[in-house]
Parts: sequence; C-alpha cells; structure tokens
Amino acid sequence: MNAVIENLPLYFEGFFVTLGLLLWSAPLALIIGTIIGAMRISPVASFRGFATVYTEIFRNTPLTLILFFCAFVLPYLQFSPGYFVLAVIGLTLYTSPFVAEAIRSGINGVPVGQAEAARSIGMSFGQTLSLVVMPQSIRMVIPPLINVFIALTKNTSVAGGFFVFELFAVGKEVANANGNAVIAVLLGVAFFYLVITVPLGIFAGRIERKVAVLR
Amino acid sequence: MSMSVLYDAPGPKARRRSLTISVIGGVLIAAGLAWLIFTLAAERTTVAGAKTPGMFDESRWDIFANPLVWAQLGKGVIATLQMAGVAAVFAIIIGILFSFGRSARSSWIRVPVAVVLEFFRGMPVLLMMLFVLLVFSTGTYWAGVSALAVYNGAIIGEALRAGIQSLPKGQREAGLSIGLTPVATRFLIEFPQAFRQMLPIIIAQLVVLLKDTSLAYIVGYTELLRIGVHHLSNTVGNRYFFSLFFVVLALYLAMNLTLSWIARLVARKSGPKLGTLTPGAPRVPGGEGTQAITLVGPGASEGEQGGQHH
Repeated sequence: MNAVIENLPLYFEGFFVTLGLLLWSAPLALIIGTIIGAMRISPVASFRGFATVYTEIFRNTPLTLILFFCAFVLPYLQFSPGYFVLAVIGLTLYTSPFVAEAIRSGINGVPVGQAEAARSIGMSFGQTLSLVVMPQSIRMVIPPLINVFIALTKNTSVAGGFFVFELFAVGKEVANANGNAVIAVLLGVAFFYLVITVPLGIFAGRIERKVAVLR
Repeated sequence: MSMSVLYDAPGPKARRRSLTISVIGGVLIAAGLAWLIFTLAAERTTVAGAKTPGMFDESRWDIFANPLVWAQLGKGVIATLQMAGVAAVFAIIIGILFSFGRSARSSWIRVPVAVVLEFFRGMPVLLMMLFVLLVFSTGTYWAGVSALAVYNGAIIGEALRAGIQSLPKGQREAGLSIGLTPVATRFLIEFPQAFRQMLPIIIAQLVVLLKDTSLAYIVGYTELLRIGVHHLSNTVGNRYFFSLFFVVLALYLAMNLTLSWIARLVARKSGPKLGTLTPGAPRVPGGEGTQAITLVGPGASEGEQGGQHH
C-alpha cells in the first residue's frame, strides 16, 4: 500500500496521459468513423467499396500491429512527430471502423416503416435522413458508441508498450521498483482504469434504459 | 440486388450521375492509394546523405525466396495459434462456469460472481497479463493464456447468461416437471439451447481473442510479431524491416479474416432456425440489420447481415 501512496504523483501523471490519449483519439475516431459509416450507406458504389475494405482491414488487424506500425515503421519511413502523436494516430485508426459499424447498425435499427412513411409524404433523400432517420438513430447509437469508447480506454494501455508513459507503463515501472508490493501496485493501476470505465458504463446503461422507454 | 427505400429507383439521368460520382470517387481513392505506393517506392536520401532504395525494391524483398525465413514465420504463426487455441478452450470453460454462477438461484453466489465478472470486463487484458506474469511468475506463455482466457471467459459468460435468460420459461418448467433436478435441467435443457443461440457471438469473441494474442508481444512472448519482425530483422538486416512487417500483417489478416468468415457462416447457419425455436430470443447485435436502408430482395445478400457482429 505504501508503494502506491508514495508513487501517487506518478500514477496521476500516467492517468493524465491515458486521459489525453482518450480525449484526442475518441473525437478523431468519431469523425473518421462517421465519414466511413456514411460512405458505407451512400448510394455511390466506389465509396461503399472503399469503406467496406477499410472496415474489414482495420477491424481484423490487431491493435498491437497498428501501434507497432505507428511506433516503429512510420519513424523508419522518416515520419516521427513523437510517440504520443503516433499512438493517437494508431488508436484513432483502430477505433474508427468500430465507430462506423456502431453508426451503421444504429441507422439500420430504425424500423423500415419510418423511412417509408417519410418517403411516402414526399420527403427527399436528404430530408428523410436528416429529419426522420438520423434523429432516431442517434439515440440508438449512443450506448454502443460509449461501449466503443470504453474499449478504447482499455486499449490505450497498449500504447504503454510503445514508449508512451501512461498508466500501464507507470504500473510496469512502479511494479519493477517495488517487487514486494506488486499486487497492490497493479490493483492501483486497475483502480484508475475503473475510474474511467465504470462511470462510462453506468452512463451507457442509463441512456439505454431511457431510449428503451421512449421507443 | 438490394434496393434502398431512401430514394426513388434511379432513372437514366440519376443513374448516369451516380455512375459519374462513383467513377470520380473511385479515381480519387485510387489516386490516394497510388500516391501512397509511389511515396513508399521512391528512393529516399537519409540525413547522412546516403541513398536507400524504395520500399518495393527487389533488394528489400529477396529474403522471401529463402525457405528458412518462411520456417521462422511458420514458427511464429504456430506460437500465435497455440496461444489462441489453448486460451479459447479455457475461455469457453470459464465462460460456462461464469454463466452458471451468474444465473445461480442463490444470491450468495450470484452477486459476488457478478462483481468479479464486471471487474474482469473492465480491465485491460494487457494489465491482466502483466499481473499474472509478475504475481504468479508463470512465464510469458501462461501469463498470456490465462489473461486471455479470463477476460474472454467473462465476456462469453455474459453472452451465455443472456442466452439462458432469454429462453422461454416453459423450457425449464418442462424439464422440472418430467422429474429432472434443477442442475440437470440447466445442463441438459437450458444450456445446450443457450450455447447454440450464442454461438455466433462466442465465435466473434474468439476472433477478438486471436487478435489479442498479439498483446503478449508486449509482455515479451515470442509470437508472430516478435519472431517475424524483431528476430528476423535482427538476423537478416534492418533493410528488410518494412517488408517483414508487411508480411506479418498479411499473415495476421489471413488468419483473422478466415475466422471471421467462419463466424459469419455459423451465424447464417444457426440464425433462422433459432428464430423459430425461441421467439423471444435476444437478437444478435445488428443481426437483424439493414432494415431502414435496404430492402433485401429474395436470395439477396445474406452475407451482409452476418457481417456486423464483432
């Protein structure tokens, strides 16, 4: 326990780096994921094809490989803006297809009658999507999106293996320095992860219940 | 073919326009890819002024004619598959135990199991690997296997519990009324149905497990990535770094896409049957999909529907 209290500043340093990774890559993944999701349902065939291939490739590549690419191969190709930025790029690329899938399944979850009704009263493609389908699907998309971001929070730990000094790396270092208190040290790290993931999970559950009542 | 309800069936003008946009879009995407490939293929000058050949130059790829390189890569693939296979077996066993604990009738069992499950699901797998490695000093292989088994077991356990819960009440009552004990009812009546129903989710989770074996690279296990990129580029020269990474990536993609494809196949095979068996079944997330956007015509893209749950 003493080892945890003594290293509390270090923990906080790692915690803020983890939070930084999350706060940078989550919005970026949201933007790219939305674009990819939109391409996936667009009437333009070549966009659909591109989005499908993008999703399949990045979803089936292990995150370790993507971050390895960012941390070793990109600098090898003489692109090195620092490991934090590289980790953010990797996490964004890995998370964006999951965002795209969440958005797509949210849109697909809107009953077909809604779109038909909108079309039958003469709304155009744009009106149908923006006035009828989207407002309903955004509510349905939020819980799975939060789950994606919970997964992202856990995934930031992988960046600790690639020279970013975040929570996992802090845990590793403190645990190595305090060989007799490894359990306490790592449970301390676990606690900081739960500080982020548990509130997000509760929030997702609450929204899910709210949406269920409304529909 | 599937047709969208979002817009009218396109006439000749609209079809021509959408074709134009499609072609322009395709050209833009192709141009982007071509730019990427040309930049990679270009010769570059290092800071010291020495010229290095492009990434697709023959001198960077000639090692792949050497069977010894492939033997090493094969070793890496086997190490990865071995970890994934053993972890998958344990994950399913742990998942079954968790699901029984979670749906136990006594709250003395149910509540602690639920808390433990929540805890495991909220943890990064990597942290669990490190924990097992440092606390139990098991070596990197078993650290990887046990962390993957526990984490994925927790998720499979939740899926199975949802499957058991969604069964019609009559199933359990029928079992009890013909004189089976509650335990026998669970094992013989409820569990087999829940397992079949949740099979697509379980296999999708196994794809995740296979992907996550690469996390063991960070705690130092010699799997595909470590053998393929670190060890090999140390022995054959740093020049091949990019090519080796590329090949390892292709191997990973081949393994994961094959397993995803199997998952889809199973989802399609077991999907419709279950719908008739248990009407109140929880739907596979997204499994019912493509409703508002596409009306699926007869014999149309079923693969589209299976492809959404990972």
